[in-house]
Amino acid sequence: MTALVLAEHDNKELKPATLNAVTAASQLGGGVHVLVAGSGARAVADAAARIDGVSVVLLADDPSYENRLAENVAPLIVSLAGDYDAIVAPTTTSGKNILPRVAAQLDVAQISDVMKVESADTFVRPIYAGNALATVQSTDSKKVMTVRGTGFPAASATGGSAEIRSVATAANPGNSRFVGAELAKSDRPELTAAKIIVSGGRGMGSSQAFSIIESLADKLGAAVGASRAAVDAGFISNDHQVGQTGKIVAPQLYIAVGISGAIQHLAGMKDSKVIVAINKDEEAPIFQIADYGLVADLFQAVPELEKAL
Amino acid sequence: MKILVPVKRVIDYNVKARVKADKTGVDLANVKMSMNPFDEIAVEEAIRKKEAGQAEEIIAVSIGPAQAQETLRTALAMGADRAILIQTDDIVEPLAVAKLLKAVVDAEQPRLVILGKQAIDDDSNQTGQMLAALLGWPQGTFASIVKVTDGGIEVTREIDGGLETVALTLPAIVTTDLRLNEPRYASLPNIMKAKKKQLDVKTAADYGVDISPRLKTLKVEEPPKRAGGIKVKTVAELIEKLKTEAGVI
Ligand SMILES: Cc1cc2nc3c(=O)[nH]c(=O)nc-3n(C[C@H](O)[C@H](O)[C@H](O)COP(=O)(O)OP(=O)(O)OC[C@H]3O[C@@H](n4cnc5c(N)ncnc54)[C@H](O)[C@@H]3O)c2cc1C
Ligand SMILES: Nc1ncnc2c1ncn2[C@@H]1O[C@H](COP(=O)(O)O)[C@@H](O)[C@H]1O
Repeated sequence: MTALVLAEHDNKELKPATLNAVTAASQLGGGVHVLVAGSGARAVADAAARIDGVSVVLLADDPSYENRLAENVAPLIVSLAGDYDAIVAPTTTSGKNILPRVAAQLDVAQISDVMKVESADTFVRPIYAGNALATVQSTDSKKVMTVRGTGFPAASATGGSAEIRSVATAANPGNSRFVGAELAKSDRPELTAAKIIVSGGRGMGSSQAFSIIESLADKLGAAVGASRAAVDAGFISNDHQVGQTGKIVAPQLYIAVGISGAIQHLAGMKDSKVIVAINKDEEAPIFQIADYGLVADLFQAVPELEKAL
Repeated sequence: MKILVPVKRVIDYNVKARVKADKTGVDLANVKMSMNPFDEIAVEEAIRKKEAGQAEEIIAVSIGPAQAQETLRTALAMGADRAILIQTDDIVEPLAVAKLLKAVVDAEQPRLVILGKQAIDDDSNQTGQMLAALLGWPQGTFASIVKVTDGGIEVTREIDGGLETVALTLPAIVTTDLRLNEPRYASLPNIMKAKKKQLDVKTAADYGVDISPRLKTLKVEEPPKRAGGIKVKTVAELIEKLKTEAGVI
């Protein structure tokens, strides 16, 4: 039994989500290989080779993999799948984009967003915005799954010395082309890897006012999150959205400011270790899951909190 | 061009799902059901393409129980032209849905299929990508802008790091994200008109597709409950608790 993990990277750096996926893959009970599909991505393969528990890194280095277009990467994985019992990717937008394409080409079900590996064929995954947890057993000969970062500890990024093998590129269908990207630049920690997150909701009122969330986050060395309403209103960009259909986070401390606590938002943060809610409405549902609730006007409480830290 | 829009009947997004006592699933008896919100966005996008003169016909399709006809009628009332229900009371997994949709695509020959990115009941986020794979079509998933260009489409996608734009040849698959548009409400006259629009009812067997599940659900449980918290009165008290009791700052 060997599992192939699809590395998350940007051709320069291996992303931490890969480390959680390696842990999940190793729990399937066999060896773990990592696939780096990229362009000029040798450094990523080197980093993947150092992950503890990884024995082989496959490097598919070709311009057609530069932006990890699903149309190009899926056939590559399918061409390699014969050697593997499981294909695993982190539940990132890239993993979610590529892996179902692989599963369909292999004619197997995909198990999405696995939180727990019970055995090599049985998995726990959230459904209904995490209000129910389903234990499912796969009857397919090959398992294809995305895994939730917060469900598995990160494998150690050092200590391994995997062999790096170059693999042939697969035929590229030529039906999609990368045009451009607008990537958020920030010195703050990445949302899914942060120990502390300060999130703002519709209660912030405007993008100017949202800056008090950012300055509190900076004081705490925290990442900045947001509710859908805050993103929809244009207070902050989409990559900050926490929730059922945004990012799933579980930091040590999650501070929800001006967020009511809709099912869809809770789905993304209720596994945080400590939750603080600041809201002027004492009936807001967020208080039902908060460890520490402060009923207050956020425009007073947040600056006061920042000053007192 | 013709646009196909798959719409799923799911629990209403305002309702909190409750697990059945016997742990076999979620209790949907007497629960409000609606069109999957991402599919409303998909229907809206198709209508806007038609209104812009970029599409001629919109076909809504659903796989589900007889009541999914209501979901299709909603799509028709919003502005879809006709509808197909592939009726079944079984749970149909994304791979089987994708196979059925492929059969519909083969029969109807749309140039564009717009799906939701995710059904809010199974939270799979698979069907559009699987359909793209089965058809060998390109995919623009998690779309926040869909622009029809000469010979193709340009799709701006919501990704973890921000936004990304890809150019796809047609025919193609699009899956919607929340910011693509704000779906319209159907007006009363349009609801009345929708009752007269064509709605064909088929079965999986009509398309010769095997929909047997690949996953066995062994049990469905409630997630662990969080222990109740406390209210603090002041910012100072909050900081004190976070430092000494929780030890997180
Ligand atoms: C298909 C679908 C997917 C979705 N996915 C997500 C998702 O991934 N993530 C997500 O977050 N949402 C998601 N939503 C949206 C969700 O249902 C809620 O609409 C959203 O989370 C509400 O955001 P909010 O709490 O910021 O706004 P509101 O619900 O409007 O709450 C604002 C809060 O701010 C408080 N407030 C206002 N002013 C002040 C003040 N001065 N001081 C203190 N408090 C103040 C108010 O009391 C209120 O509680 C989704 C919805 C759908 C239909
Ligand atoms: N039973 C169904 N009937 C029609 N469309 C569906 C069905 N299941 C899934 N879809 C479509 O596929 C999208 C993604 O669903 P899923 O992959 O289950 O998260 C949905 O938003 C719908 O557009």
